[in-house]
Parts: sequence; C-alpha cells; structure tokens
Amino acid sequence: MPLLPILQYPDERLKQVSQPVEHFDDELRAFIADLEQTMRAGPGGVGIAAPQVGRFQRIAIVDVSSKPNIEHHGRLILINPEITEWDGMKIGREGCMSVPDYTGNVIRAEKIRITARDEFGTSQSYDMHGYEARAVQHEVDHLDGLLFLDRLVSRRNDLFQRKVYK
Amino acid sequence: MSKWYMLTLVGKDRPGIVSHVAGALYEGGCNLGEASMMRLGGNFTIMLMVKFDGKQKQLEELVSTVADSMALKLHVDAIDAELHHHVIPDIRISVYGADRAGIVAKVTQALEEVGFNILDLESDVAGTEDKPIYIMHIEGTASEGFDAVKAILDIMSKEEGVDTKISRFDTLIG
Repeated sequence: MPLLPILQYPDERLKQVSQPVEHFDDELRAFIADLEQTMRAGPGGVGIAAPQVGRFQRIAIVDVSSKPNIEHHGRLILINPEITEWDGMKIGREGCMSVPDYTGNVIRAEKIRITARDEFGTSQSYDMHGYEARAVQHEVDHLDGLLFLDRLVSRRNDLFQRKVYK
Repeated sequence: MSKWYMLTLVGKDRPGIVSHVAGALYEGGCNLGEASMMRLGGNFTIMLMVKFDGKQKQLEELVSTVADSMALKLHVDAIDAELHHHVIPDIRISVYGADRAGIVAKVTQALEEVGFNILDLESDVAGTEDKPIYIMHIEGTASEGFDAVKAILDIMSKEEGVDTKISRFDTLIG
C-alpha cells in the first residue's frame, strides 16, 4: 500500500469543497486503507481527510487512541460526516500535515454529535468530547475547504482561562 | 548573497510606525521574516527578522532615515535565520499576583531547575498605580515532564504568594 502525497498549503486545492461519497465499494476501501496508512506515517497524526491527499470526497479518518487519558471511540472512518449537535467551546492548539511548521490556537466545540457512514456504507452516530471532538471538527473542516488557519485566534492573553458563555 | 539580520526598533508609540518601517524595508529590497511587535508601556517595540542583500552598515543606513523620522532607536545584528524549525510548546503557564520585584526571576529560576525551555513569554503590569498587579504567560517545553514543572511551581507560588496555573498543550495534528 503506498503512502499518498499530502497537499500542502498554499496549494489552492485544499480550499475546495469535497463531494459526498456515493459508492461504498472495494476501490473506496482500498483508498481508505492507503489514507489511514498515510495518516499513521505522519508524526503525531491523529486524523486525515481525503482532500489532503487530493481526493475531493467527504472521507475522513480519526484515531486519537494513542493519546493517554482521554475518552475516545478508537479508529473512526467517517464518510459523509455531519455534525448535528455542538455544545460548549474550548481553545486548543492545532497543527496540520498540510501546514508544516506552524501551530496555532483554534476554538472548537467541546462536545459534538456526529453521524457518518463507515467504509461499508453503514450509518453510525457518535457522541464525543474533548480532544477527539476537536480532531473530528478539524477533519470535517477539510471536507469544506477550511484549514485551521481559517479559524486562528490570538496566541496572546488569557483566552485559556476565560469561560465562554453560550 | 542575502543575509538575515535582526532589527530592533524601540520608541514612543504613535500611529504609522510599522507601515513606515515596513515600507522603507520593502523599497530597500528587504524581505521580512518572523517578527514580534508590541506596545510595552507607552513604547512600541519591534523585533524583526530581515533578509537583505547587503552589508549590515547598508541596512542600518537604509533604516536609519525612517527610524529617525519616527523617533525610534535602532539596533541591527547579523543572525542565523533557522526558519522552518518551530519548536512546539507542550506547556503553558500563567502567573499573576500583586506586582513586586522578583516575580519573573523566581518563576523562571524554578522553571530552569526542571529543565523548562521558554519559547514565549509575555507579561503585563495591570491594576492601578497604587495597587499594580503582574500577569505573565509563558509557553515552552518541559524536558522533565509536566508533573515536575507543576510540583516546582506549586512550591514556588506558595513561597512567593503568586497564583500560577499550568496547562498542557496537546497539539492536535490533523
């Protein structure tokens, strides 16, 4: 299985909106295997989205199980994902395989509910929070042509301490 | 061959400093690198990486006109750029308390003891003139881990009567 080359900003293709997957076939599953291998080859990569390797379909993989002391759902294949509920907000530091040598602060929902299909087309639903929810939101953004650079907030001052009221 | 320089400019804050400095550098054929520019008290401070195809003296001459016109003190050093090698911080520390001499020294001595490398430090004097408070944020890497930093900061903050908060950065790479 080959590692797929990662598009890096300022490649404009990263800004395009990806299309839903319609066929859940062996070709899709072979691509997902390559995509997953590419994610795991990246240092510290906990997620990847198909447009990062130049396939503009709504496919993402998230696996934060390597991080200690957090709740998670293990390896998640998220096809045509939709975030249906958001709750709370939190700032965290993010980086991206498509934006090397930069990390920045991004506000994400603390809890989300997401529905998606798996690689066999079966509909799944997950309630998640914290780091895993952040990873999913980062990857879903890729499917909409958004990078974490589009959501940066200031590194300065006390945003970490501040409570965000809904 | 182009060389990198670190430009330091400091002067009384007023509108237009950045645009005048950047404009002069651009017209002089410079390319700018990473920068930190901020108001400290009533002063505007610039630390700016500049790539310039010429000698230090020529760069100083190029900037001195605009520096004089904006009443800025200028200092130039030749540097190694070392771009594209950002170190990712893993710990953030906030310290605050009634302002007095020694807070920064005590905090950073404690951090040095546990091998903490400061990547970014910014601080403010806030409150009122008769009751000033000191607020400092530090980001960096802890060679001996989070617990070692937390333990020594807990001791230091009790001894010094300042409040400290420490949090992990678990930078998400997606």
